[in-house]
Amino acid sequence: MKEQLVVIGNGMAGVACVEQILKQSHDFDITIFGDETHVNYNRIMLSLVLAGEKSSDEIVLNDLEWYQQNDIRARLGVKISQIDRENRVVIDDEGGRTEYDKLILATGSSAFIPPIPGVNKKNVHVFRTLDDTRELLQKARPGLKTVVIGGGLLGLEAARGLQVQGCEVTVVHLMDTLMERQLDATGGEYLKRKIESLGIRVMLPKQTAALCGNGRVEGLKFNSGEEIEAELVVIAAGIRPNAELAKKAGLAVGRGIQVNDYLETSDPRIFAVGECTEHRGQTFGLVAPLFEQGRVLAKALTGNREAPFNAGSPAAKLKIMGVDIFSAGSIDASEPGIETVRYEDPSIGAYKKLLLKNNRLQGVILVGDVEDELTYTDWIRKGTDLTEMRRQILFPPRNPDPGREIADMPDSETICGCNGVKKGDIIHAIHERGITTLGQLKQCTRASTSCGSCTGLCESLLRAVAPDFKEETKTSLCSCFPFSYEQLRDIIRGQKLKSVEEVLHVYGNRKGCEVCKPALSYMLDMVWCGDHEEDRSARFINDRVHANIQKDGTFSVIPRMRGGVTSAAELRKIADVADKYNVPMVKVTGSQRIDLLGIKKADLPAVWADLGMTSGQAYTKGVRMVKTCVGSEFCRFGVQDSTNAGIELERRLEHLFTPHKFKMGVVGCPRNCAEATVKDLGMVGQDGSWQVVVGGAAGKSVRKADLLITVETTEQALEACDLFFQYYRENANYLERSYDFVERLGIEKVRKETVYASDADKQNLLDRLARSKALAKDAWLEGAEPVNATQFVQIQPMEVVTAK
Amino acid sequence: MNDRDWIPITAIENIPPRQGRSVCVEGAEIAIFNLNGRFLSIDNKCPHKGGPLCDGIVSGTSVVCPLHGRHYDLESGLGVRASEATAVATYPTRVENGVILVNLAAAHRFNEAVTG
Repeated sequence: MKEQLVVIGNGMAGVACVEQILKQSHDFDITIFGDETHVNYNRIMLSLVLAGEKSSDEIVLNDLEWYQQNDIRARLGVKISQIDRENRVVIDDEGGRTEYDKLILATGSSAFIPPIPGVNKKNVHVFRTLDDTRELLQKARPGLKTVVIGGGLLGLEAARGLQVQGCEVTVVHLMDTLMERQLDATGGEYLKRKIESLGIRVMLPKQTAALCGNGRVEGLKFNSGEEIEAELVVIAAGIRPNAELAKKAGLAVGRGIQVNDYLETSDPRIFAVGECTEHRGQTFGLVAPLFEQGRVLAKALTGNREAPFNAGSPAAKLKIMGVDIFSAGSIDASEPGIETVRYEDPSIGAYKKLLLKNNRLQGVILVGDVEDELTYTDWIRKGTDLTEMRRQILFPPRNPDPGREIADMPDSETICGCNGVKKGDIIHAIHERGITTLGQLKQCTRASTSCGSCTGLCESLLRAVAPDFKEETKTSLCSCFPFSYEQLRDIIRGQKLKSVEEVLHVYGNRKGCEVCKPALSYMLDMVWCGDHEEDRSARFINDRVHANIQKDGTFSVIPRMRGGVTSAAELRKIADVADKYNVPMVKVTGSQRIDLLGIKKADLPAVWADLGMTSGQAYTKGVRMVKTCVGSEFCRFGVQDSTNAGIELERRLEHLFTPHKFKMGVVGCPRNCAEATVKDLGMVGQDGSWQVVVGGAAGKSVRKADLLITVETTEQALEACDLFFQYYRENANYLERSYDFVERLGIEKVRKETVYASDADKQNLLDRLARSKALAKDAWLEGAEPVNATQFVQIQPMEVVTAK
Repeated sequence: MNDRDWIPITAIENIPPRQGRSVCVEGAEIAIFNLNGRFLSIDNKCPHKGGPLCDGIVSGTSVVCPLHGRHYDLESGLGVRASEATAVATYPTRVENGVILVNLAAAHRFNEAVTG
């Protein structure tokens, strides 16, 4: 019979240890008790769930299937109340008894609640678990006065998360430096400034004397006598190991459950890993050493006792987007023999401090510039002699070919410290499983799934070893941001940013340029479906005056002429405008419209008023036109009513913005007279059906459009058009034409995520399109109601001084 | 500088933040920019192909010509990129009682060697 292994605790440390055991042996019959009702999730990522950057599903580490596949009994939501060591039985709080041969305690830790009067009031929370996070998300609302007690890693992350949810957040910290365990006073000051620039108030040093309020919390009182208002309080004042169960069972317990170098407690059948442990007087709060504990214990349990547990040097990284903080090793500068080397530049908020002893790096603090964190971590871990490098240590040379560096690494070298994945494991996975992307590597080996700091190393390794490595293209948008287009889109969505200036100030260089400003304008419009703060200064001139600037500074005016269909009255008005404003050229465009060229900026509002037509958006990255043929109404070959279908299509999408210009065509038969198959979106009429085609081009590139779907009715065809249109809007990079977009994704993926998506996903796309459409309006309305008195008119000096 | 050289142009609210507007004054066509409350003036015509600089996107303290993307520093008038060895004139600009004043007499121009 297999040995009974019972694990109390279904958190990261306990489950990681079980995963390691399974790698070594299948001789155990395993039961895991977890008092939370969730499967094992990544607790480190809770702050990202609070900030809306990840969903709770995305942080699951082991789903139920994993437990089933490995024959593990998962007893979720069951609390163990007693260990009967004599009979080797654990007893749960419903009286259920489970026998064990070996027992692992992985009971974790709880939030430390300081003994302050009033902590039991309503709306006072801690932030430790997924349930805590969900409760906070339920309570958070715009304008809610929120106080976070504790300015450590977790407190700051909680503060940012709640602020992103709209709360007015104040961080109250007992010490005079934020994150004082990881930073020195200067680093703390830089961090404080950055946190404040995000719009979070920081108060320190402040000792809370009491939480006030009648039943529910209403405010905080400090020892100084000062008081502040608070409708929600989150306590993040540190953690305490959960050791009561072990203590009750008579095991040796100090601050945590005492373990030796092989994670054995004072009972040889009972072991402990994780935040509940105390090893050589030290307790733990960061994940990397806990995974190391799991590895050592797994080896010991399966009879391969090797190197003893060594906690190593701690490394911590703040997970707030745009606030880069990294700290590793010993940062105590008062130790004898320590030399410090420092660099700071207040204008970019960058601070670096290296602590050396005998030319070897002992510790490092990085604020604002964490690019070299891996190099420094490596130097600390290996104890590299830096005598020869002293002049370069603040800006270590970057390896021009990271592939080489990684090639020189031994297979036994750890790549992912959080999950204990070695170089050899990754190479093995690449060869055995045919891995070609970082995503697959994460899924298969867990590397780079916790703190993410080894992502660069993993990519280099993939590049060097995987023959078909597919780079997940993440080039930065422009030099104003360290982020790619996709990342910025996620930032805007996650951090609920509504204006270009906000994005630039918090995540960029505060300046912006002609590349990122229009791109951000588009992203904000798209993400918030038009409900954002429009900033004309971030738009190209064409989008400030709704006309196309020409080489001489005049503008061209192209009114909308849906489907290329016009009337005698419209043509008369156009002719009158051409006469009245001495228009130098009137031209029929390739888009079945009429272009009036050479109009002065100041004349634009009057021209639009005289025309009485709406903007054709011929000047912008937006919906241009639908070109149509005469179709079944007149053509003797026509089998579908292409003109009316085209007019309807144009009506549905007009006035909306797109990543690049967006041209459409509808033809009434496969003769394709209006060239629908070389448009961004086309409808090709057949006898009894429509083909909807996407990604065509007849400009700089020529590309025949791909078939999206064939449908019977015009309404079905129009819906397919809507789906593709909104999908392109949401997923293409700015300035990416549909033909590049379709080619990049592949038509199969586009089909699967538009016309063949689930009904719910389709409805969501259509709903977002409808929301955008409801707020979109004819830009030329600004002719009568300019956004600014000088939008179109030239400034005249107040008085002309003639004499001097 | 003589006080009489300062020409009142327009109320500050007529130039929105991070945008420019052009004005013709005493035969000169200048572009005035509002850098979030700080006002700077340069020649409106891009020396490259005559583009209207007042219509450009502002990037920090530079403006980008809307026609071909030349960058000019609004403080010095110099082309920002080394490959763009051109420059535009700058005009001292100040605000008094909510009115922007420009001093044409004290314009700073570069010599031919720079403006090409």
